[in-house]
Amino acid sequence: MKVRIHVSLKPGVLDPQGRAVHHALDGLGFEGVQDVRIGRLIEMEVADTTTDAALDDMCQKLLANMVIENYRIEKVA
Amino acid sequence: MKTAVVTFPGSNCDRDIWVALRDVSGKEPVKVWHGDAELPDGLDFIALPGGFSYGDYLRSGSMAANSPIMRSVVAAAERGVPVLGVCNGFQVLTEARLLPGALMRNSNQHFICRTVPLTVENNQSLFTSAYEAGETIHIPVAHHDGNYFADAETLDRLEGEGRVAFRYAEAVNGSQRDIAGVLNKAGNVLGMMPHPERAIEAAHGGSDGRRLFESVIGSLVGA
Repeated sequence: MKVRIHVSLKPGVLDPQGRAVHHALDGLGFEGVQDVRIGRLIEMEVADTTTDAALDDMCQKLLANMVIENYRIEKVA
Repeated sequence: MKTAVVTFPGSNCDRDIWVALRDVSGKEPVKVWHGDAELPDGLDFIALPGGFSYGDYLRSGSMAANSPIMRSVVAAAERGVPVLGVCNGFQVLTEARLLPGALMRNSNQHFICRTVPLTVENNQSLFTSAYEAGETIHIPVAHHDGNYFADAETLDRLEGEGRVAFRYAEAVNGSQRDIAGVLNKAGNVLGMMPHPERAIEAAHGGSDGRRLFESVIGSLVGA
């Protein structure tokens, strides 16, 4: 099974990278960009028997830092 | 007295901290490799050095926090053995959850490499007893991810419990409340972004970091 883990910064956590990219988009003349936040996408191929609990455990122990990040698990196929 | 320095793949301040410990204690620290299953018996102090362990993959310190030796380091810290993490070592300690909070990209996006003024907030700890409370000291920083973040409740608790060891005396990297170094609840684990081992003799341009090692080694004399 293919799984995508979307890791994003929690609301309220400042994202200096997102701010710099936002500034660069403004500099390129793109209008109407209101906010930019940068996260991370992790694609994994896992056994079909992998449980949701195991995926959660992977995210909480390693793939995301729960102090600053949230994660969302997407099962692709 | 027996001290140790842990080297991860990508550590680059391990020798500096080893020399600082040797010079202050008069004894050569044990060198420990990240893949070792166990720490040597009878350690009185463990240092996690700066660097870019595992190339900062995933998040700074996250891979090292899960390397084999860290189980043993966490167990030692929980038994009360003093543990110091400098720079990447601080990032490893937060990722290993021995210290609260996280270290994010510097607010200005730049790698910052210069000597900065710090205020000694707590001189009652194992690591800071040779300093004066409120004293300003000068210690080099060299990091890209030193921007300390924790939620407001955690920050209030750290301040209320005297667990902020050092604060930047000027804006450096965007850290919440200018926090440069924090202690765990028991006071035997210190993580800090500035490098005290790079300021232990006049030839370094300053020796304000030396007293940190003198504090902790002094507390171990007789051990």
